[in-house]
Amino acid sequence: MQSDDVVWGIINKSFCSYKVNTKTHKFCRNEYNLTGLCSRVSCPLANSQYATVREENGICYLYLKTIERSAFPSKMWEKIKLSRNFQKALQQINENLVFWPNYIRQKCKQRIVKITQYLIRMRKLRLNNSKKLVPIQRKIERRERRRETKALVAARLDNVIEQGLLDRLKAGVYGDIYNFPRIAFDKALEEDEDEEEEEIEEESDEEEGGKNKEIDKELEEELEREMEEEDEEEEPERVFVAADDFEESDVSDIEDIDAGDVEMDKEIDDDEEQGSSDYSDDDDDGVDENVPKKSIKPKKSSTSNGKAAVKPSSKKSTATKPGPPKAKKKRGKVQIEYEYELETEKV
Amino acid sequence: MSSEDEMIEVEGEEEEEKMQPTGPSLDDYHGIMNRANKCPNRHKKRMDVAKAKKMKAKMKREERKRKAREADALGEDAPPREVPKTLESLREFDSTTVTPENSEDMADDEFSSYFAKSYVPKVLITSSANPNLKTRLFLKEMERVIPNSTVFHRRQAKIKNIINQAKDHDFTDIVVINEDRKEPSSMLISHLPEGPTCFFRLSNVKLTKHIKRDWKEITTHRPEVLWSNFRTRLGMGVGRMFASLFHYEPQFKGRRIVTFHNQRDYIFFRHHRYEFKKDGSKAALRELGPRFTLKLRSVQKGTFESKTGEYQWIITNKRHKMESSRRRFHL
Repeated sequence: MQSDDVVWGIINKSFCSYKVNTKTHKFCRNEYNLTGLCSRVSCPLANSQYATVREENGICYLYLKTIERSAFPSKMWEKIKLSRNFQKALQQINENLVFWPNYIRQKCKQRIVKITQYLIRMRKLRLNNSKKLVPIQRKIERRERRRETKALVAARLDNVIEQGLLDRLKAGVYGDIYNFPRIAFDKALEEDEDEEEEEIEEESDEEEGGKNKEIDKELEEELEREMEEEDEEEEPERVFVAADDFEESDVSDIEDIDAGDVEMDKEIDDDEEQGSSDYSDDDDDGVDENVPKKSIKPKKSSTSNGKAAVKPSSKKSTATKPGPPKAKKKRGKVQIEYEYELETEKV
Repeated sequence: MSSEDEMIEVEGEEEEEKMQPTGPSLDDYHGIMNRANKCPNRHKKRMDVAKAKKMKAKMKREERKRKAREADALGEDAPPREVPKTLESLREFDSTTVTPENSEDMADDEFSSYFAKSYVPKVLITSSANPNLKTRLFLKEMERVIPNSTVFHRRQAKIKNIINQAKDHDFTDIVVINEDRKEPSSMLISHLPEGPTCFFRLSNVKLTKHIKRDWKEITTHRPEVLWSNFRTRLGMGVGRMFASLFHYEPQFKGRRIVTFHNQRDYIFFRHHRYEFKKDGSKAALRELGPRFTLKLRSVQKGTFESKTGEYQWIITNKRHKMESSRRRFHL
């Protein structure tokens, strides 16, 4: 007991390796310290009778130090495992520190409260925020970014998407929504080709080239006939004029075409207006009436239509353009991408 | 300019000289470049270099023309046109490449019921715990892009719990977008109720705002889905997974198309409105946004399970066996 005063005298007055001096407090870094403060009562070195609570891997232990064992440093601390149940643990502390100073008993209880609280908090954190940080290597990241830009260039996305759409259109995914005569024609052509092949298989004696030409002629005639039939069926012949317009000025909306026609009518002279009215009426009427010129016109347009449908790229430029579309060309392009109501009409 | 090209040009030059002696030669080019190198006047030097470059370009052009002329003259005997060597054309053979012959059993995976049109996809979109503004906007736009999808504000909820709840509410897919340094950085797609789960690196996210569009421009019509260039079994599986996020019956009226294009293992997402033009020979596209790029990191069996999950396929960040060559692609 006497040595305690000597030890405390040294620690307090001169030096202690566990002591931390701050402006306001003196702290103790010794792991057996009960309160963490450097004071006479809570110094684990200067008290030969001392008790504390420590936590090892989530389990609490009560450590007791008595004067009887002070001669045996290896057996100095008595270690008692405390129950996981908080109430029981408190009881254990009470039992073990029955005749001990009240201060130590009280501080031990405070300490076990603190420890159980931080253990609960730790478990909660571990369960809830299981975020894992993954390192990102700078070089690899850079390489991936570089390769991505190159892949993007190589992908030619717009072409891919456009091609995909056109393939779908050709495959008939859209059904009856779009009515493009060229595609219908292509389809008809394919079907005819199939038939041709069958015929060729049947009649293999005949010369192929001549026959093909014949079939081509037949096809053209058929197409003309079809076109004419359609002309007769549909009352406004504008549809075909519009088709020409499509090829020339990139406009593909019904309302625009209507508007264009109105403008055309305004611009064109009386005679031509008549002609245009002929143009829009049935063929037969035009033939019966006194103007032969204009009666020929629609036929021409229909044939040119057919040819353009066969070879759209080559024939477009050479095909003679009728007057009205030229007048229309002045209007310039129209943006129609935003208009939905029109689309609904179409569909 | 490599030495090989110069060699070709030298040859071409000789032949050309026989036919028409005029025109710049390689010697002229080198002469000018030499002069430029020695010239102390920087302005003159630059002028000379520009001139030499122009000359070289002209030589190249003429060489090409000459080759075309020769090919025309030879007609059918002309040598075949050279195909450029690209990473795609030199791609290392992958034994799991899907061909029409071995693709019969492709159809019976977890998504077969979707392709049999037996259910309508219902997608839950969520993010990391406390997302930044950009991620939140991104979620909103994705909600607009994917039909029948809802954004879930996650707060502290765990993914596993979310998945269990989503199963109870008949969700068929769940998309989780994580962020890093205030940028969306990864995407997790899990098919419910039985997986699989794919984890992607997410990069180059451009919102509608960044491409100068408005997200309100995206209509509520169901879009078409185009997934292209997925070649291997793994790739096909991933492609099918993307496709199964969207309703199987698009509304063509909306003319929306959503594209997942795979190029060199990078999956590019784009969202367009289209219009057929010129009699159906062309399609005009207008990008609606958002756009982003995905790169597959791992494929997991079952739903998301970070600790005990079984990985079907995984690639780490490091250079290792999986990335043995630049010409090896997995999708």
